[in-house]
Amino acid sequence: MTQSNRLPRGGRIDRSRPLTFKFNGQTYQGFAGDSLASALLANGVDVIGRSFKYSRPRGIIAAGAEEPNAVFQLGATEATQTPNVRATQQELFDGLVSQPTSGWPNLNFDFMGLMGTILGRMLPPGFYYKTFMFPQAAWDTYEKYIRKAAGLGRSPREPDVDIYDHLNQHTDVLIVGAGPAGLAAALSAARSGARVILADEQAEMGGSLLDGGYTLDGQPAAEWLKATLDELARYDNVLLLPRSTVNGYHDHNFLTIHERRTDHIGDRAPANHSRQRLHRVRAKWVVLATGAHERPLVYGNNDLPGCMLASAVSTYINRYAVVPGNRLVLMTTNDNAYRTAFDWQDAGREVVAIVDTRQGAAGAWQEEARRRGIKVLTGHAVIEARGRKRVQGAVVSGLSPDGSQALGSDQVLVCDTLATSGGWSPAVHLSCHTGSRPIWDDEVIGFVPGKTVQKQLAAGAVAGRFGLNECLEEGASLGALAATNAGFTAEPAAVPTAECRPETRPMALFCVPHHKRNSRAPKQFVDFQTDVTAAAIELATREGFESIEHVKRYTAMGFGTDQGKLGNINGMAIAAKSLNQTISETGTTIFRPNYTPVTFGAIAGRHCNDLFDPMRYTAMHEWHVKHGAKFEDVGQWKRPWYYPKPGETMQQALNRECLATRDSVGILDASTLGKIDIQGKDAREFLGRVYTNAWAKLPVGKCRYGLMCREDGMVFDDGVTSCLGENHFLMTTTTGGAAGVLEWLELYHQTEWPELEVYMNTVTDHWATMTIAGPNARKLLSELTDDIDLDRDTFKFMDWRQGTVAGVPARVFRISFTGELSYEINVQAHYGLHVWEKLFEHGAKYDLTPYGTETMHILRAEKGFIIAGQDTDGSVHPYDLGMSWAVKEDKPFSFIGKRGMKREDCVRTDRKQLVGLKTLDPGIVLPEGAQAVDDPNQPKPMKMLGHITSSYYSANLERSIAMGLIRNGHNREGDIVYYPLENGRVVEAEICGTIFLDPKGERQNV
Amino acid sequence: MFYIYCPYCGEHREEEEFHAKGQAHLARPKDPDACSDEEWGNFLYFRPNPRGLYHELWVHAIGCRKFFNIARDTQTYEILETYRIGESPKLSQSTDQQQS
Amino acid sequence: MSDVTNTAVDSTATPGVALMDQQPDDSVPARSPLHHVAQAQTGEVSANARVSIWEEPLKTHLILRGDAAAAGFREGVQAATGLDLPEPLQSQSKGDWSLSWITPDEWLLVGPGDQAFTMESRLREQLEGHYAVVNVGGGQSIVRLSGTEARSVLMKSCPYDVHDRHFPVGKVVTTVLGKTQATLRRLGDNDWEIVVRRSFADYIWRWLLDAASEHGVHTGPLLSAVKGQASHKTDTSTV
Ligand SMILES: [Zn+2]
Repeated sequence: MTQSNRLPRGGRIDRSRPLTFKFNGQTYQGFAGDSLASALLANGVDVIGRSFKYSRPRGIIAAGAEEPNAVFQLGATEATQTPNVRATQQELFDGLVSQPTSGWPNLNFDFMGLMGTILGRMLPPGFYYKTFMFPQAAWDTYEKYIRKAAGLGRSPREPDVDIYDHLNQHTDVLIVGAGPAGLAAALSAARSGARVILADEQAEMGGSLLDGGYTLDGQPAAEWLKATLDELARYDNVLLLPRSTVNGYHDHNFLTIHERRTDHIGDRAPANHSRQRLHRVRAKWVVLATGAHERPLVYGNNDLPGCMLASAVSTYINRYAVVPGNRLVLMTTNDNAYRTAFDWQDAGREVVAIVDTRQGAAGAWQEEARRRGIKVLTGHAVIEARGRKRVQGAVVSGLSPDGSQALGSDQVLVCDTLATSGGWSPAVHLSCHTGSRPIWDDEVIGFVPGKTVQKQLAAGAVAGRFGLNECLEEGASLGALAATNAGFTAEPAAVPTAECRPETRPMALFCVPHHKRNSRAPKQFVDFQTDVTAAAIELATREGFESIEHVKRYTAMGFGTDQGKLGNINGMAIAAKSLNQTISETGTTIFRPNYTPVTFGAIAGRHCNDLFDPMRYTAMHEWHVKHGAKFEDVGQWKRPWYYPKPGETMQQALNRECLATRDSVGILDASTLGKIDIQGKDAREFLGRVYTNAWAKLPVGKCRYGLMCREDGMVFDDGVTSCLGENHFLMTTTTGGAAGVLEWLELYHQTEWPELEVYMNTVTDHWATMTIAGPNARKLLSELTDDIDLDRDTFKFMDWRQGTVAGVPARVFRISFTGELSYEINVQAHYGLHVWEKLFEHGAKYDLTPYGTETMHILRAEKGFIIAGQDTDGSVHPYDLGMSWAVKEDKPFSFIGKRGMKREDCVRTDRKQLVGLKTLDPGIVLPEGAQAVDDPNQPKPMKMLGHITSSYYSANLERSIAMGLIRNGHNREGDIVYYPLENGRVVEAEICGTIFLDPKGERQNV
Repeated sequence: MFYIYCPYCGEHREEEEFHAKGQAHLARPKDPDACSDEEWGNFLYFRPNPRGLYHELWVHAIGCRKFFNIARDTQTYEILETYRIGESPKLSQSTDQQQS
Repeated sequence: MSDVTNTAVDSTATPGVALMDQQPDDSVPARSPLHHVAQAQTGEVSANARVSIWEEPLKTHLILRGDAAAAGFREGVQAATGLDLPEPLQSQSKGDWSLSWITPDEWLLVGPGDQAFTMESRLREQLEGHYAVVNVGGGQSIVRLSGTEARSVLMKSCPYDVHDRHFPVGKVVTTVLGKTQATLRRLGDNDWEIVVRRSFADYIWRWLLDAASEHGVHTGPLLSAVKGQASHKTDTSTV
């Protein structure tokens, strides 16, 4: 194909670098510097998609972020598929492969096309609610086709091959937009020495200055632009970010910038180079210089390919040297758009007419048009476009002075391009992100940024100042103000002067009236992505939707991936008119982050794959890996779960580990338990306040188990705390609870009892902890220590001793979570692996067996020991657990949880209480979470008594065991309860005590 | 994403470093056992949800680990002041009402 | 270790606190938190590496808690360490020792690996009033980050502002790193110390390597290589 619409000269493209690309299976040529959209227009591609609801052919309307139609699927390979790429913002590269995402399965003739009218009727405003909410099941069927047809694109089916990253930025002044206002602001701020970031969504900075035509101080604007960018690039304190969209403006001047680092280079990013980057910016001051979006006028069949924004036509001509047609009709409400007709004429193509909606418009622009011999029809409007897959004519009618009625007889102007301008809407999006409502300004005929608490200034067109000189001057002065506010001494930079033709007052017109009323006229599209028409908005207001937020949701206006940049203001104006209100009274919907779609890759950054979440390792981790451990995630820790031998199932491994521990000796890596070092003369008093039991008399050398409750009396953690010295304790917590417990202790110390002299520090990672448990534990330990007297009467249960184990200074705690004779050996973690390996050297003759968390759970359940967070869930107090022995009510200080346990609800007799449960069939292991009922035959919903909290097969007892909560369970020992399971089966179980093995505790006292 | 001045570090820090801990100045009753169920219930569970000025307890969890208080506008999310435990806020509910 | 008694005894220096020499003799191998990546620290230098990362393992890490306003604490720290208590977010160093502010009543003292017991004993002799000393050397380690792009690596990793104007040499900040936390200290223009917890060390190591990969990364303490000296090209060819 030839580039039939390419001009022989001009533009900012590089004709020496031709590029080949694919669209919809066809191969085309473009040039470096093209956008995908400009390259398609250069090749005369009119239809680039089909519409969501009515399946109408659609073409390119705009040249920037506001483009609603040219939204494509990109990617040459499966792994590089990217949906939702706006062709107007995608730079062309060699080998680019793109697909239309709407218009399934074929652009020119397709299933949806046949269905068009039928579906149109099926999808009136509010269709989500009216059609799909009932029956629920049908949604699945509809959704598949709707999504496919709606141009949403698809995600890749293979992992993304590219890398993405985040960069945290701090700056004094962030300037959003590098048009004339932003550039002038950057100059002022940069010269003050302030740290400045200037971000712009386009590949080239310059904004409207790139569109040509302007002169500054008598020179082409491009020269000032180049000098300015050169100067900014020289400053160390300035970061220039092209191809970077400021997408979100969050509280306290936190903004996110989506930088596309390699999307212009190729399908994949170069090795080790991130494809996209999310800058997380904290800015002292922000200057919004985001410019404005031209508003199209709404008229019949305004979605035909060839209907375009006036400024976009100028951009394609001046920046890309592409004229997207031969015969132009321009409809405008303002002088500024005349520029497009002049550009068109200068490009050597025919301007059929300028249709100016204003009565008697006369001034410098009309004068220039006459001088050029261009026909100007004032007080007229295009009420309807004619054509099939491309504009073929414009129906022009007279317009009443207030724009409310089409008057007189029509004439049809033959043309292939219909450019319109309804004025400019300031791009207020970012200013809305933090909740600031934009304000309607009748002078501007648009919404401008409203009151905000952010440290934010708005310069140029976004503030409603559209003149080039105004933009430059305001940019320079606000850039200086921002730097001054951030603490620098700044002066407004001197800016050049543009020669501008004076403009006369524009007209506030949004929807061009047709002779027929809107519901009968050819469709007048407001939102192209969601196919919302003027008639649909009127219907919504007639159906009683008066708030613009409701109209939006009912019609889906602004719900597309363009967020209604093109259509929203027109939609609001139409709604206001229909409601007999001013636009100011109707107000606007609020724009939310993100300004344009952001890839998931950029959001995830490097927080993916192996870096998705920290993996915490103990000092013995390598050994566990080497010995085939399966790991369990406990918090962020990787804990050995069990150690299967070759050929073993999980249950076989657990049985072996359980039996070996009870028969001889097992070993557990317990390093992950939280450990808190507590020092100070009030340490003991502090423990007494945060634990439910007594600490006043615990002697040095002793350990004690404690329960920790919240103020409501509910258990939230437990563990053993040892008295290391009169003023020195070592507290242990659950693995998952460690950080939370320390913060909890600090909370009370800092806010309630600062007078207590106590310091708490985490030593979780400092100590490697290994537990040896089983009848041979003492024999094994005795082989590795000669300075600790292990005699059963000297080193008693719940004692701790300091000494040397395997040549390493150690603290050994004789505590037990298995009910066996058990020692917990703590050494500085650097030596953990050494001691662990020495234990195995000596343990071979005792068949020393490593066991993981699952065996630990089984062994402790055999003994009825709870696990906080498994057998408790924040609704269980110590009495519910049958642990009144761990509550000392007569302590002088009203410890945390004491009062809570006495609340009316906590002393009910029918509370759910922890009991043991034995299935009548000893082979059945109840699933954890199963609900108990008294009568399995009662109608649903059944009255539930409580759930299973822990359930295992015990190899030692050769049967299943379980613990669970049962209403009034402590008084129901011997009763049978029923567990109806999901699969329809009902399991019978007998309520029993929680201690299944060695109820007298003889095994640990040997 | 808040930017919070830590009165102990003497700097603004990113919200990621902090944990919010609920309403500020919620003193534990001196004698919990003497509280009626209603009094204790109010202490445990009942919190105002004002539109406007609100005092909150935060902790600089990934930082200096100190608890401190914040006066925040719940509508605009502005942090009006931060101050250490034991200090009194300059802004209070009553002065706020006078202003409005 | 022969004088270790068989019961828990109070330290003579600080009544009521269990002081313990936790270090075995040299025959017992010690493994730092990043021991498993030490093999990667071959000294092999890519000529264009602009970031260098290595572990400074097995040092003494003591946490000091106390009231900076109390003379008995402030002067005791000075007497025992020769270092003044640093102000918030600052550090002091002299010889092999550095003292960093961690929280308003907490400092981290780092020094040679075999000095933990000696220094803790000396501190306990010198300190008065309400204070605490905690040996945390087994639970943390130091990762060093160096090179012209070291600051970029930190910008990818931490939300804290590491710009020269905001993070001058000597400053110490505990902040978020990746999805965990670390304490950063700036040792020089292109030279940083990162104190990490043992269990997170592997994650942080991998995180930093990944962040540095686009700049070219060298694992090992060859600072000169980072400056891109041509002579190292020949060095690497012999490795
Ligand atoms: Zn702080």
